[in-house]
Amino acid sequence: MVALVQSETTVQTPGALTAARALLRRELLLAWRRRNDALFPVLYAIIVTALFPFALGPEPQLLARVSGGVLLVTVLLAMLPTLESMFRGDLEDGSLEQMLLAPQPLALLALARIAGYWLSTTLPLIVVAPLLALLLHLPLDVLPVLLAALLLATPLLALLGAVLAALTAATRRSAILLALMLLPLAVPVVIFAAGAVAAAQSGLPHSAPLLWLAAALVLALVLAPLACAAALRIAVET
Amino acid sequence: MSRSYLPHWVHWLGSPPNFYRFAGALRPWLFWSTLVLGAIGLYGGLVLAPSDYQQGDAYRIIFIHVPCAWMSLFAYGCMAAAALIALVWRIKLAEVIAMECAPVGAAFTFVTLVTGSLWGKPMWGTWWTWDARLTSELVLLFLYFGVIGLFNAIEDRRRAARAASLLALVGIVNLPIVHYSVVWWNTLHQGSTVNLFGQSHISADMLWPLLLMALATHLYFFASVLNRARVGLLAVEGGKDWARGLVAESANA
Amino acid sequence: MHEFFAMGGYAIYVWPAYAVFFVVLAWDWIAPAFRRRQLLNELRGRIAREQLRRARSAPTQGSREGASA
Repeated sequence: MVALVQSETTVQTPGALTAARALLRRELLLAWRRRNDALFPVLYAIIVTALFPFALGPEPQLLARVSGGVLLVTVLLAMLPTLESMFRGDLEDGSLEQMLLAPQPLALLALARIAGYWLSTTLPLIVVAPLLALLLHLPLDVLPVLLAALLLATPLLALLGAVLAALTAATRRSAILLALMLLPLAVPVVIFAAGAVAAAQSGLPHSAPLLWLAAALVLALVLAPLACAAALRIAVET
Repeated sequence: MSRSYLPHWVHWLGSPPNFYRFAGALRPWLFWSTLVLGAIGLYGGLVLAPSDYQQGDAYRIIFIHVPCAWMSLFAYGCMAAAALIALVWRIKLAEVIAMECAPVGAAFTFVTLVTGSLWGKPMWGTWWTWDARLTSELVLLFLYFGVIGLFNAIEDRRRAARAASLLALVGIVNLPIVHYSVVWWNTLHQGSTVNLFGQSHISADMLWPLLLMALATHLYFFASVLNRARVGLLAVEGGKDWARGLVAESANA
Repeated sequence: MHEFFAMGGYAIYVWPAYAVFFVVLAWDWIAPAFRRRQLLNELRGRIAREQLRRARSAPTQGSREGASA
């Protein structure tokens, strides 16, 4: 009798962090199952990077001068197609509505999604960055600065892009629309990231732009999930 | 009964059929004052004002370039304000106004860029330079295109307006960031030695046509937004009785 | 008069600039009228379709009219 009464206690809803962690695990698990898909942005980045010597000529000094900028733009472009469909699948199969109805804060769940996206899609690009730098004759001592710039810039772009991906989740598929919306916002990120690499290449101090990127990243980590949640609510309502 | 902190006429104006009629009545006043003031300003700028001793007569582009530049930013400010109201209070009229500010703002931005380019070529020898103002203005044009593109990509007009409003607000946060970063980028690369707005102080007989043109473009902006908002309201309110009444009226006219 | 149009030799810059200004703003003023006409036409068609539907269903089902719109 007592046991029956005790079993009527309410189910405990998972805390916010638990839910976020679970969502992140789901993201990574799904990405792992489709790990071949993660190769496509990497292959794209390699091919585009390889095009530049054909376009500009193989002279090492010229390539070295443009390498930092070319790499950053290539990574940005490689992020676009997967960014575009970040929330689309969830919207189509209804799990987005589940997220909206969940008792945990939507912003935190969105942050978990974005973290999963960055880890599964963009991190391979950063891993491949040294190879790309080699193709473009980037001086080796500049490579750590490039990697630091990428590690700061890509999450920032992922956070910005996630807000836009949420806004376009309900529209017809169009990578161009997302690019059109994202590129103006990406201009400062590209300026600071490429500026850091360029400064390092000229032997100038390069910590200032990296610190600005870090500051922007911290700000975006707080604000972008909130904007993303608002955008998701707009996208789902009919 | 809930007490409103807003005057009664604000509520009255928020109703689409009322606003439609109000905008329709105000529109010709704004339009004609724009034309009159613009004509006087252009006469003052093109005919009355003397040649600049440095730039000759090419400086006269200033009378359209600078007002359009001011309006390109003003339009974005209006769009962002309306966007905020639309997102927070979900007022249909605010959604419509926010969306209709975008094409007007984009038009002003485009004219700013083209007239600036035509001014730059004879004066500074180049059609384009990546200095802070031009680059920021170009990015502003892309922001407008993004808002317009997103608004057109979603079928439901109200949802589309809210999504594009969010984008407009994200954009306005980024606008000063873009400007600052381009300033920094220019100093880093020591590229542009061009100083577009140099030491010259503008003389009085050039200033008054400029200010008059600024006023005229402001009035045009309001006229155009009212003009477009009427059509935007029709698009959103198509099923309502007052819109159907218009169909009957236009059939009889 | 000729001097006015010559603009001190800068005519090919000044006048196209003014032309762009007027053309773009004129287009901005006129374009909504096309959209308005299109919207009113669509609305007219919609009303006509609803009236047709109402007329068709009226003889067979007197009081039960489908709520369209």
